[in-house]
Formats: sequence, C-alpha cells, structure tokens
Amino acid sequence: MGRYIIRRLIQVIPLLIGITIITFAIANLVPGSPVSGLEFNPRTRPEDIARIKENLGLNDPVWKRYFVWVGNVAQGDLGISLKNYRPVTTTIMQKLPNTLVLTGVALALAMIIAIPVGVYSAVKRNTWFDNTATAISVAGFSIPTFWFGLMLVLIVAVKFREWGLPSLPAGGAYDLRNGGGFFDRVEHLILPAFTLAVVQMAAWTRFVRSQMLEVLSQDYMRTARSKGLRQQVVIFRHGLRNAILPLVTLLGIAIPDLFAGALIIENVFTYPGIGQLAFNSAINKDYPLIMGITLVAGTLVILGNLIADVVYSVLDPRIRLN
Amino acid sequence: MSIANDAQPSADPSVAARPTSGASLSRSVTKPRTYLGMAWYRLRRNKLAMIGLAIMILMIAMALGAGLIAEHITKHTPAEQSLRDKFMGVNENGYLLGSDDLGRDTATRLAYGARVSLGVAGLSVVMALTIGITLGVVSGYFGGWVDTVLMRFVDIMLSIPTLFLLLMVATLWRLTPITLALVIAAVSWVTLSRLVRGEVMAVRSRDYVDAARVVGVGDRRIMFRHILPNITPVIIVWASLTVPGLILTEAALSYLGLGVQPPTASWGNMLTTAQRVWSHSWLMVVLPGFAIYITVFAINLFGNGLRDALDPRLTD
Repeated sequence: MGRYIIRRLIQVIPLLIGITIITFAIANLVPGSPVSGLEFNPRTRPEDIARIKENLGLNDPVWKRYFVWVGNVAQGDLGISLKNYRPVTTTIMQKLPNTLVLTGVALALAMIIAIPVGVYSAVKRNTWFDNTATAISVAGFSIPTFWFGLMLVLIVAVKFREWGLPSLPAGGAYDLRNGGGFFDRVEHLILPAFTLAVVQMAAWTRFVRSQMLEVLSQDYMRTARSKGLRQQVVIFRHGLRNAILPLVTLLGIAIPDLFAGALIIENVFTYPGIGQLAFNSAINKDYPLIMGITLVAGTLVILGNLIADVVYSVLDPRIRLN
Repeated sequence: MSIANDAQPSADPSVAARPTSGASLSRSVTKPRTYLGMAWYRLRRNKLAMIGLAIMILMIAMALGAGLIAEHITKHTPAEQSLRDKFMGVNENGYLLGSDDLGRDTATRLAYGARVSLGVAGLSVVMALTIGITLGVVSGYFGGWVDTVLMRFVDIMLSIPTLFLLLMVATLWRLTPITLALVIAAVSWVTLSRLVRGEVMAVRSRDYVDAARVVGVGDRRIMFRHILPNITPVIIVWASLTVPGLILTEAALSYLGLGVQPPTASWGNMLTTAQRVWSHSWLMVVLPGFAIYITVFAINLFGNGLRDALDPRLTD
C-alpha cells in the first residue's frame, strides 16, 4: 500500500514540472517583451530601456529565467498582476473557493441523478426506460453549456419574474445588498451548478450504465443469482458495489472537464470564481495571472487524479498488486 | 442493374477506366461482404444515426451554399446593416428569421456562421488527425524512448484543462479562424495519439505484421500499409465523437470573444451580442445556440451509430 502511494507520488513530479514548462514556453513564445511598449515612447532613452531590461533579468538566457520563475512558483509566488499590481497568488486564492464549491455541487448533483438512472438503465436494458435515458443523455451531452445557461437565465431569471413566478437570481455568488447569507448563496448557486451538472450528468449516466452492464455479465453475478439471492440483493450488494468502483477513476478524469465547464459558466452567470478571473485576465492581456490560473488548474487536476488513484487502490486491492 | 449503373458514368472516360472508383462504391456493394459494406449496412438500419447524418448533410449544405442562400432566399448579405430594421421578428419586413441589433439578417448570418463554425471544426479535426495518427503510430510501433517521451508529454497535456490553455493562447495572440483551428488542433491530438499508440501496440505483434517483416517490408510501409488500415475504425470513431467537442470549443471561445472575431459571423460570437440585447429579441439568443445544439446532437447521434456499426464490440 505505502509503496504504491510512493510510486504514484513520484510519477506526479515530472507532470508538475511539465505543466510549468508548457505554461512558461507559451508565455515566452509571444513576440516582444515586457519593455516593448517603452521602445515606442520617444521620451525613454535607449540606455534606460537597457537598464530596465538588465534589472528585470530579461537579458538572461531562457533557461535561467525559467529557473528563477519556477523557483518563485515553488514558493507560492506566482508574480504580480499587470492589471492591478496585486500578487497573483492572493487573487487566485480569493476566487478559488467559489469555483470549488460550484464544481463540487455540480458534480454531486450529477452523481445523485446519474448513478440510479445508469444502474436502472442497465438492469432494464433495451426497455423504454433505457432508450429514453440514453436519448436524453446524448441530448444532454450535446448541449452547448453557455447557451443552456443563457436560456436558463432568460427563462428562470428574467421571464419568471416578468410573469410573477418565483425566480432565481441571474448572476453573482450572493446578493450584495445583504452581504450573502447561506440561503442567499445557495439560491445563487442553483442555476450555474445545474447548468454545469447537466453535461456531467449525461456523461456519468452513460458510464454507469456501461459499467453496470459489464458487471451484470460477470460470473459472480450468476453465482449470486443461482444461490437463490433476491434480485435486489444481487444488484445492489454484488452488482452496484463493483460497478461504481471505477467511478472513482473517472472522478479524476472529470476534473479538467469540470474546470473547463466552470470557465464558461462562471462567465455566463458572472459567478466570481477562477473561470471568470481567467476570462478577465485574458481580456486584459494580464499574462502573469492567466499563467498562474493555468498552473493552479493543472496542479489541481494532477492532485485530483492522484487522490482518485490512491482511493481506488484502497478500495480495490487488485490495482496495487498489478 | 450494375450494367445500367456502369453505362451512365462511362460518358466520363476517367470513371469508365476505373469501374470501382469511389463514386460507384456504395452502389456496387449490393451484398454486404466487405467490412465497410457490412458497416454501412448496420449503420443504415440505425434510424437515429441516419437522422443525424441527414442533419449533418443539411448543415454542411447550408455552410457551403451560404452564398446562394444569401442571394436567392434571404436576399441579404451577412454584413448588410439597416438600423431602421433592428430586432425584427420571424418573417417580419422580409427578414426570414429576424434581424439583429444592427439590422443584419439572422438567417444569412446563421448560414455564414455555419461556414465558420463547421470550417474551424473540420480543419482542426483534420490537423489533429494528422498529428495524432503520425505520433501515435510512431510511438506505438517503435516504443522505447520515443514512446516514453511522447506519452509523458501526453500526460502533461491532459493535466492542463484544454480551455485554459486555449484561453492563454488567445490572450497572447490575435486569432484568425485558421489559426484558431490550428490552436484547437494543437491541444486536441493528444487523446488520439494515446489511443492510436495503444491500438498499434496491440496490432504490432500480430502474425501478418511478422510475415510482412520476414519478407523484407520496411518499417514505414508496415506502419502505414499493414497496421494503420487495421486501426482505422477506431480513428474514425474518435473523429466522429471528437468533432462535436471541437464545435463546442470554438463556439465557447467565440462566445467569450476570444475566438472568431466580429464582424465575421460564427454561431458562438452571434450569442455574445445576443446576450446584451435579449430584452429586445429573444430570437437572437435562441437561434445560434439551437444551431450549435442541433449540429452537435446530430454528429453525436451519427458518431454513436458509427461506433456501433464499425465495431460492435465497442458498444457500451
């Protein structure tokens, strides 16, 4: 067990180094440098530009600049925002909890629906229920999230209010007038979380169904049934437990999708998370910030996968013996 | 019947010289004996997949015929503005599907938007296929350090959420539809190369590959003539299930204002303005999104059918 975790931890290191290299490389491929703007300023003397370049370390070779940068990153210093001159790390840490809440709730919502529907679909294979569920999940899988979000805002937030029905807030994480109590935050979370959950729900339903189908054809299921166990016991105790095990791995794989979804949805609902931050930094050409966000998102994905693998190995001993 | 079929194209000498050319292939397979023939036979019986295919063809026709639609049906060009005719409704004042905040015809812009949206997705899937297949085949066939380096790189790429990477690139460069396709391809080939690599490794040790090697066939020929055709179904399925994702990515980026730039119409960037003015016209919100949705849905249906048809074992 311990050995498996250590081996898995060692695998993480090259990945982390890799994402820093890619992020740094993209930022460095950009033509021009931070002082390019000064060169067009007639009041800046060439020797001043040379001095600023020297002070900023821009004359150093690329590898040296990378190591300086990565050294700072390792200490949690992601640089200074070009827009508001605040440390990138603080800015990200301020917004990250909102995104984690949004993605977490969406994921939970997706699972609550997907597991029962997927299992029932597999058990009742090729019935009207199964066919309907499959059709709906393909339909859900195809929805452009941002459009779905826009439509929800248009209907539930705008039209419902016009019609005098109970409506939900269209944007933000809480009502600025009363500072955001628990229920206020929940109310603001419903629409974005549901939007994000819909695509996930569709993907998970299909996955649970195919896992369950595979388990249903296993020998131990036949054994359990031939022992005379009741159908429910066979399905829930023998089937479901084995079928939902691989979901743990898929959880790790789903994290990039969740972040990508959050990036879009936070902008539709003006929800203050790192997705909205990433978009704003892109618009402002604030590349220390966007580099920082990309790094943080990448790190979270790697950690998520690590945790998923470790949890899986605890739940299923077959994995770590291989 | 086959004589009649052959007689018709024989007016064209190039077709007459090759009676089994691509154009007559689907017709000449009356009894599904070949692999592709059987796949087509299975696919044809899948109603949902055929509906998907029909919608796909319709959308492609709309994209290709955007100029004709503008000239003969809607009688507006995509850039033609008329500030007196803002926010028209369906079939109001000669605007078939209404008009937008600048009085531009929505139907025309949807057709031209199809061109951009499908074009970007099509171009990027072709580029992703080229990169992914080449690297995947080489990596799976040779193994060794090439394989190790490539798969580590794939692991790294998969750790960074694609959209963040695209956002970063869009921050640093101004993208045209062509470069946008290139950038989307640059982050999309990774899953394919891993898939191809795995398949190649499985096929590599088959007897017919050994036989080819024994008779002195070179590495390149083995890779691309003996191995690649055997993993084509997997690649086709990958492509048909990836294109919807590419369309959605392009639309999302353009919606955020970081992809295709106005005044060029794309389904994604039509929604950007729609979001600002929806109190004037909900049609502007509904239509472009619905176009994206129906296209993606159709390709997904077709892709699922294709997967079932090409390899029944792959069915979930």
